[in-house]
Parts: sequence; C-alpha cells; structure tokens
Amino acid sequence: MNIDSIKNGMVIDHITAGKGMELYSLLKLDSLNCPIVIGKNVVSRKLGTKDIIKIDADIDLNTDILGYVDPDVTINIIKDGKIIEKKTVSLPEKLVNVIECKNPRCITSCEQELDQVFTLTDKENRVYRCLYCETKAKEQSH
Amino acid sequence: MRSLIDIKELSLKELDSLIDTALDIIENPQKYSEKCKGKKLATLFFEPSTRTRLSFEAAMYELGGNVLGFSEASSSSSAKGESVADTAKMISCYADIIAMRHPKEGAPLVASMNATIPVVNAGDGGHNHPTQTLADLLTIKRKKGRFNNLTIGLCGDLKFGRTVHSLIAAMSRYEGVKFVLISPEELRIPSYVKTDVLDKCGIEYVETKDLCGAMPELDILYMTRIQKERFFNEEDYLRLKDSYILDPQKLENAKKDLCIMHPLPRVNEISVKVDSDPRACYFEQALNGKYMRMALILMLLGIK
Repeated sequence: MNIDSIKNGMVIDHITAGKGMELYSLLKLDSLNCPIVIGKNVVSRKLGTKDIIKIDADIDLNTDILGYVDPDVTINIIKDGKIIEKKTVSLPEKLVNVIECKNPRCITSCEQELDQVFTLTDKENRVYRCLYCETKAKEQSH
Repeated sequence: MRSLIDIKELSLKELDSLIDTALDIIENPQKYSEKCKGKKLATLFFEPSTRTRLSFEAAMYELGGNVLGFSEASSSSSAKGESVADTAKMISCYADIIAMRHPKEGAPLVASMNATIPVVNAGDGGHNHPTQTLADLLTIKRKKGRFNNLTIGLCGDLKFGRTVHSLIAAMSRYEGVKFVLISPEELRIPSYVKTDVLDKCGIEYVETKDLCGAMPELDILYMTRIQKERFFNEEDYLRLKDSYILDPQKLENAKKDLCIMHPLPRVNEISVKVDSDPRACYFEQALNGKYMRMALILMLLGIK
C-alpha cells in the first residue's frame, strides 16, 4: 500500500504495531482539520511491522507523551518534501492528564477537576508518581 | 512566598535554623511575645485533631497573633462542595498564613498552589505531617544532643503512619542513622519509602515483627497508634489494633537513655505505667511541637 508523501508536516515513525490509534487519541489529532494518515501493521525492516502516523500540516505538536507511551518512536519533521529534522523521544519529566491516580485517598479522587499530574521520580526504572499523594503509577497497558 | 508541605522541602541548614529559633523561644519567650502582632493564622481542619490544631493556635497566640478557622469539615464550605483550591483562595483574603489538615492526600499541596499566603501541611491523610516531624526533631535534639549515629525503632502502623514517613525522610539525611522497622506484616512500611528514601540515601534498616528482640539496640523508640480512620475494613482494624503494647516489662532490656516517643494521641499502645519512666518523652514532644510551630510561623512569615 502506498501513501503519498507529505510536503510540510510531521511523520511519527516506528510506532509499535497496534499503538497507532492510541497515540492518535493521546495526541488529540482528532481535533486537527488537516489530512492525517494512520498506517497500521506496515512492513518495517527494523521492527517487522510498525504503525506510522503522517500529519500533513506544519503544526507545533507537544510530543512529550510519546516518550512515556512508546519510547522507540522517531519523529521526522518535513519541509518542502524533505526531512529537515529527525527526533527521538525521551521520558517526559511531567505527565498531565495522561494517567490517573488510583489511590482512593488522593485528593484527585474527590476533586475531579484537578489535573492528574505525575512526575518522573526514577528515570532508570521509569517510575512516575502522583504529584499530590506520591502513589506510584501502575504500568499502563501500552 | 513559601509553604511547607513536605519535610524534605527544608534543607538541613533551614532545619538547624528552625531548631535554633525554637531553643531561643524556650529560653526567651518574652522576646517573641509580640512578633506576630496583627497577623492571623487560619486553621483549616477538615479532619478532627486536638493536638496539632491547639498547638498551632497556642503557637500563634504566644507570638502575639490571632487565630481563625474551623475544626471539622462539616462546619466549612467544603460540606457544600467547595473545592480545596477555592477555599485556599478565599482564606488568602482573610489571613496571613494557613495551617491545613485534610483527610485526602495532597490537599494541602493543592491549597498551596492556589493560596497567595503560606500554607503549612498539618497532616494529609496517611501521607505527610511535617510539623509533627519538626516536633520529633526538636525532641531528639534536646534529648540526644545529636541527629547522627542513632538507632531508631519505629513501631506499630508503619503503612499509614504519616509521622513515620516524614520522620524517616528527615532522619535519612544524617550519617550513621539506622532504622528498625517493627510492625505486623500488613502494616509494613510502603515500598516507596524503602526505594525512594532509605535505599536512595544508603540508610541501613531492618524489618521485624519482634519489638522485644529489637529493644536492646534502640536509642529511640517511636511508637505509633494503629489508626482506625485509615482502615476501610473494620475487621482488619480489630485484628491489628493490639499488635504492640509497650509496658514496663518490655522495657527491661532497653538502654538506660532510651528516648520513648509517640506522636499522640495514644490509645493503648503505651501503658500508662510507662508515663512515669524518665525515658518517656511523648508529652514533652507535644510541647516541643508548639515551639517548632512558632519557629516555623516566624520563618514562613519572614519575621526575624
């Protein structure tokens, strides 16, 4: 299957096969009006299969979340049909409204308008803790 | 504008300075009697407390200031559904400093993020209780004269005991400190305290169920209450509540200069027969809490 190259925009590549839709949702791409293509189970020399997202618009997207959900993705920035920048992602220091605190004693359990904030407390072991009650985030399904 | 939510926010230098101020207050109370004249402390207690609230209030009165507030959630706007953030913004209009106790963990942090005046965490659920730790530290300083090279036994509810978590965080910064963690299996210290504090600081510790076996090596024995309000299940509480009761027999093998501490209130975990033992420090510890809260109020209000 061929998908036309994009002129100006972003390609999120090397997404673990099956995670493309989840990233689409977490990055809130449904709110954009530009052409977006999601490739599922695309053949990859590096991974066997992969997902890929192409966004055909020159937008400024906060991609910090990618480091938490799928740390091996690469981001290519395209300008005039050429890759002008290739980025890898790292674990974000802070996650806002990405994961929810499961501690029933946490203030976020009763004040639901509070942002769910988790901070990276142990980089080596990828440990995030709730900003408010310090409860460790459970490993997500992704 | 500075708040105190977690004891770890205070550097060792700041802790030393607070202790020096508290010691000076003990020596020269008159010198401090009008330091907070015209200032108001708001005590926002969403959960019942006697000691901490009265200690904060006594501290502010002894500094010449005034106090306003409430002592249970039902008499506050939270009963009508007001958020902690809104309460903090509103109280900022009326007072100069807030002391907040709340059953939900992180509530004082939320208050500090929204208030325009300093917020002191006066206990948030089973999480933190930094001013109790300040009281504990002054007691250790006055009784032992040092913070390093001490073997500290922590006994009882180490899972939900917020005073225990804060004390471990504070004492782990000193050299030669060893912890003996004495609790039933179900109330052991949370793993994050072990990994993020004890292991990270390279602190020696052992976990045991045996209070008597641990007794001879202890310089400090910190008893805690099994707190009914932390259990969702009454059955679990009833099963665990009498796990440890300190009495004169259990102290037979203890050091002569052991310092017995308890954040109070106690139920039955220390027999009243121990009260007359010169090693019992828990009522003095409550008094020390007032002095440290006075020192803290002065620091947070920027009053020399």
